[in-house]
Amino acid sequence: MSTDSGTGRLDVPGTPIFDGDTSRRGMRMNKLFMSLRHAANRERFLAGESAYCREFGLSDEQEQAVLDRDWQAMIDLGGSIFYVYKLAMMDGRSMQYLGGVFTGMGEEDFLAAMRAGGRRDG
Amino acid sequence: MAEVIWGLATSHVPSIGAAMDRGKAEDPNWKALFDGYAPARAWLAEHRPDVAILVYNDHANGIDLDFVPTFGLGTAERYEVADEGFGRRPVPDVIGDPELSFHLVQSLVDDHFDLTVFQELAVDHGFTVPLSVWTPDPGDAWPCPVIPLLVNVIQYPQPTAARCYALGQALGRAIRSYPKDVTVGVLGTGGMSHQLAGTRAGFINPEFDAHWMQAIETDPASLAAMSREELIRQAGSEGIELIMWLVMRGAMDERVTKVHSDYFVPASNTAAGIALFDNRAPQAS
Repeated sequence: MSTDSGTGRLDVPGTPIFDGDTSRRGMRMNKLFMSLRHAANRERFLAGESAYCREFGLSDEQEQAVLDRDWQAMIDLGGSIFYVYKLAMMDGRSMQYLGGVFTGMGEEDFLAAMRAGGRRDG
Repeated sequence: MAEVIWGLATSHVPSIGAAMDRGKAEDPNWKALFDGYAPARAWLAEHRPDVAILVYNDHANGIDLDFVPTFGLGTAERYEVADEGFGRRPVPDVIGDPELSFHLVQSLVDDHFDLTVFQELAVDHGFTVPLSVWTPDPGDAWPCPVIPLLVNVIQYPQPTAARCYALGQALGRAIRSYPKDVTVGVLGTGGMSHQLAGTRAGFINPEFDAHWMQAIETDPASLAAMSREELIRQAGSEGIELIMWLVMRGAMDERVTKVHSDYFVPASNTAAGIALFDNRAPQAS
């Protein structure tokens, strides 16, 4: 049974909330990202990404998101940004790059917006 | 009895540590941030405590989602610096103070704060960057033993702002009840406004940050009254880390003296703030 409308669920526009439902959905994928802290695991992942995903028990959708480096899908499928970032770091991607993806602005414009004082609501 | 002599609030953005580790403190994108730290660093160098307590959150390095303690306290003799996936920072491991840690655990549990006890813990940038903000060149060792106090700010529901402030007040009582005459510094870390994911990524709210910076000194109870949702609206989904400043502030006296504060945008995707408070009563002039 879905608890997506459960008590206390926050709704802030444009803001993923890493709550219990999200964490449960993303648990296996987040554990995979956590494992990438270790060089030996990074090597094993890069040698066979699909097999590594299956070893961690990712869903087909999650595996596809990881293989495609579809950062938005990883967040939508339960990834925590701090865990997803482990994969991005392995790829040499910065948090500004990810910001460019999530906002659709691209890295350069996102970085320029941050250097101009950041983005505002509305 | 032990005494809190100062409180330091600071952002813990990993890129601040990376900028220092790579010698970029004079880089035009960073210079203003580090210039803004200088007065606080100079004062802190003259006011070294016997021990410090550092309130922070882990970022998938020391702990993972198998365990999500709402509050935790380290009791180890030594805390290793974590390798977050790009090699550990070139800074010293952290020496702890188990005797004070166990006193704090006993006192806080008796005071109805049932926190998780960490007998072993690797500390990540959330911990080491604030130490570097305090002490840019530690050499072989940080200025004093440091005890980690962990707060879950990553997975909802985080503790309320009010609970964090109350924990800080209990921490203050626990410190004052320690029989040894030691001086204590307390660091509250994280913030200020920022959001990393979603179409709202890059969100910064300087008006709210300015309000927070003032109220943390003069009216922390008003900040402790904020709901989780209000914090996320005002400070962004990761800006909720500011609740950790309230633990630090709660451990201090009702009246504190501001030594220095500064504000800088952007440190990576974050508004970086620093605020240093002297906990000793102002001298009559």
